[in-house]
Amino acid sequence: MKRNMSFFNATSLSLGLAFLYLPMLLLMIYSFNESRLVTVWAGFSTKWYGELLRNQQFLDAAWVTLRVAVVSSTIATVLGTMAAWVLVRERRFLGRTLFSGMIYAPLVMPEVITGLSLLLLFIAIGLDRGILTIILAHTTFSMCYVSVVVSSRLVTFDRSLEEAALDLGCSPMQAFGFVTLPIIAPAVVSGWLLAFTLSLDDLVIASFTSGPSSTTLPIKIFSSMRLGVSPEINALSTILISIVAVGVVVAALVSKRQIARRETEEREGQK
Amino acid sequence: MNFRRLFLIATPYGWLLALFMVPFLIVLKISLSDTAVAIPPYAPTFDLSAGWAGLKELFSGLDFENFVWLTEDDLYWKSYVSSLKIAAVATFFTLLIGYPVAYAMSRARSEWRPTLMMLIILPFWSSALIRVYAWIGILSSEGYLNQVLLWLGVVDQPLTILNTQIAVYIGIVYTYLPFMILPVYASLEKLDESLLEAAEDLGCSRVSAFWRVTFPLSKPGIIAGCFLVFIPSLGEFVIPSILGGSRTLMIGKVLWEEFFNNRDWPVASAVAVVLLLILVIPIVLFQRNEEKNA
Repeated sequence: MKRNMSFFNATSLSLGLAFLYLPMLLLMIYSFNESRLVTVWAGFSTKWYGELLRNQQFLDAAWVTLRVAVVSSTIATVLGTMAAWVLVRERRFLGRTLFSGMIYAPLVMPEVITGLSLLLLFIAIGLDRGILTIILAHTTFSMCYVSVVVSSRLVTFDRSLEEAALDLGCSPMQAFGFVTLPIIAPAVVSGWLLAFTLSLDDLVIASFTSGPSSTTLPIKIFSSMRLGVSPEINALSTILISIVAVGVVVAALVSKRQIARRETEEREGQK
Repeated sequence: MNFRRLFLIATPYGWLLALFMVPFLIVLKISLSDTAVAIPPYAPTFDLSAGWAGLKELFSGLDFENFVWLTEDDLYWKSYVSSLKIAAVATFFTLLIGYPVAYAMSRARSEWRPTLMMLIILPFWSSALIRVYAWIGILSSEGYLNQVLLWLGVVDQPLTILNTQIAVYIGIVYTYLPFMILPVYASLEKLDESLLEAAEDLGCSRVSAFWRVTFPLSKPGIIAGCFLVFIPSLGEFVIPSILGGSRTLMIGKVLWEEFFNNRDWPVASAVAVVLLLILVIPIVLFQRNEEKNA
């Protein structure tokens, strides 16, 4: 369908996008500001990026955050994919309602409550707060997101492919590894990416579950924000936004190409 | 039941029981316990070695005095009411801004739509903390907004927006706008164009065709979007604590302060339990709406 957008529609779309992007754009532009006064432009400079790289506290926090994100999103992807499988394939087992409830509840649970309850658990069982507790906490809530993403793909999965593999002599594990997994792989990958960014961005749950030696980047950013706007935070934010933007665009392009390839294959298969 | 199946079910099940269900039960228990000046600062604690007698003692030590306390000190109910109000008003404004954007997206050429969709989703992937922080520079008294307004001569004194409720509204609308746009867009995209043509053939003006055909048909998307914005903003902590200043009351912030600043764990737990009870209503309504339209 080809038609030109009306003036009203074009205006609301551009205003909406401007509203979404202008704040981030301003933040990024002013990270190159010479002056320490963030809102007054005093010439181009990259010195705040240099300051940032020399700030050991930020670097330590970034390293903690990265380790937590990689480990928690990987465990969450395994557990979340298993949970998705159970949700879609296992129609009858004891406590299925409770299980699906526990998958969906963390998605709507306020972060302050999740954080509080996990902290109280760690204290009750005497587990010292540190990187391990943050990983446990992040894995728990992000596995639910992973399982939602993966189960939406599993629902549309054609089971006859798997049955064919079993008929041809595959063990159930082989059928999963050679047939099911490659087909649901894009959903598993986007589940991992979602879990990774959720862990990277989380302030509230990490604040409750971290110890004094395991400050994550959002915690560090938040405590500096309380002192007001600073050019180092602007520089750091610019770096983080750029990484995410590049990641999302690349992921979108890759999945678009994969979908196109699959469609061609399916078309050729039908011939 | 074979071993493989048992393993598949038991692993995620056990994980969620241990790290979601048990912690929640602990919150429930502590909300019924007494405050104590100790580490951890509450009593009674779990002692499984005492057996049945210990269990009986545990239950006799539980009472509702923290919940009574919540009703007596007006800080708490004021925060609940103010959270509900802020979430409701912010949801309304999100709809007001999000609907025209979603509508325009559904009218865009079909080859543009995936790109537009990605532009709407992209901000959601970057840290909410950073996106909220970006508004400090805009809204502060020497910020960009005031600079522009002073330069234009619209105002002659800088406006105070940061650290007020208005800043919290802006923060919520900004953070959750994609949550409104996407479901509304999904329902508008499915709309059958021929219905609009029929309405116009039958003498509707374009405006009345919108109100009598398009708008009612997009209702499921509107309802879903409103819940998706309302539910998370009710327990929001980051936005009020960065943009709201000390005078904005929101229950997520009160819980945080009760826990970290006052170290009153039983009251913080009671605050959490009541917040969950309030949240159950919109969540159940949301689920009904989703099932109806599935």
